[in-house]
Amino acid sequence: MIVGLYRAGDSRLHRAGAGVKLVALLLAGTMLLALSSLWLTGLGLLMVLVLYALAGFGPRVLWAQLRPVAVVLAILFLAQLWLATPAEALLLVLRFAALVLAAGLVTLTTRTSDLVAAIERGLSPLSRLGLDVEKISLAISLAIRFIPAVGQIASEIREAQIARGRRPSPLTLVVPVIVRLLKMADDITDAIDARS
Amino acid sequence: MMALSGVELDRGERTVLSGIDLTLSERRIGVIGANGSGKSSFARLLNGLLLPSRGSVTVEGLDTRKDAKAVRRKVGFLFQNPDNQIVYPTVGEDLAFGLKGRGFSKAEVAARVEATLSGFSLDGFGDRLVHELSGGERQLVALAGVMIMEPQWLVLDEPTTLLDRRNTRTIMTTVEALDQHVVLVTHDLRLLESFDRVIVFDEGRVVADTAPAGAIDAYLRLVG
Repeated sequence: MIVGLYRAGDSRLHRAGAGVKLVALLLAGTMLLALSSLWLTGLGLLMVLVLYALAGFGPRVLWAQLRPVAVVLAILFLAQLWLATPAEALLLVLRFAALVLAAGLVTLTTRTSDLVAAIERGLSPLSRLGLDVEKISLAISLAIRFIPAVGQIASEIREAQIARGRRPSPLTLVVPVIVRLLKMADDITDAIDARS
Repeated sequence: MMALSGVELDRGERTVLSGIDLTLSERRIGVIGANGSGKSSFARLLNGLLLPSRGSVTVEGLDTRKDAKAVRRKVGFLFQNPDNQIVYPTVGEDLAFGLKGRGFSKAEVAARVEATLSGFSLDGFGDRLVHELSGGERQLVALAGVMIMEPQWLVLDEPTTLLDRRNTRTIMTTVEALDQHVVLVTHDLRLLESFDRVIVFDEGRVVADTAPAGAIDAYLRLVG
């Protein structure tokens, strides 16, 4: 499973407009970053968890959102413990967990096309300044679509290296993954041209 | 009708196609040849993904060099790997992608997506995540994404290479039922038995162009 990506449902959150959810996420993110109270930040996280329940998502979906960032959160917590106080370390972790979960909730309850349309509407005034809003929105949808594909490529290359007796490391993965991604980008460009 | 006149194609310093003079009007046309023989480049010339270095390619009277956009609306193209063709995370969204900018209302787009899903036996797939589908289902979604644009021609570049026999049959049964003209590039010679015409490429040239049995014989003699 990967972070975010729409999961069909009929909850109020699913039915809410994509623009409304994006603005709410922006406001909630700003508030979470501004809050310095551990209790209020904890309350914010609790509210996000309640929203997950209201949207019909259980602990498995919740954990799937947090799992990819769990190591980063643990490192942040330990670094803050060392550099600051336990309360500050906990505040930082709660804040980032709430932010990641809130952002995940928006993508879980909103179709990518609706998100992209909302971003397109939001950016449309900038088209007067020469910004190609349609290209930006296509780039966003492609980025979301190809997150799992990038993971798949990395996994295939890792397996190929193990099969040939090499111990894969991030360093030996980077070059072949980039080469495959560049080839893939070429093919996708052709496909978009063919479908436009 | 498609017409290729005096077509040559250079890629870098190499000429990958030369001396191509063909008129295509049959409903089912197969294209075969060894790896590197130029058949995929030939397929890409047909919808303007590649432009000839010399000579011209026209589709229903439209020149691929001058009317690229109009040509692409007439010629749908299915790639070998559906992963590189599907651009949205869910099936329904991807089908709707091709209809963007064509002046359809949201309701019309939704109706066309539903009708296409149903036509390709993909009912209930609208909200499914593409990366959770099997290879065969993904290729079917990619094909549906091409056909929702209602092209007059469909060019398929080795669409079954990554599929098992069952999925190959599903794709080919779907393709056989289409009303469109079909140009199929393939290594799977069995798929061409019922075709009207098969063109054989070797080293960038057409070396045989006839009914399936004769063309397949010529190809087998060529590759030994």
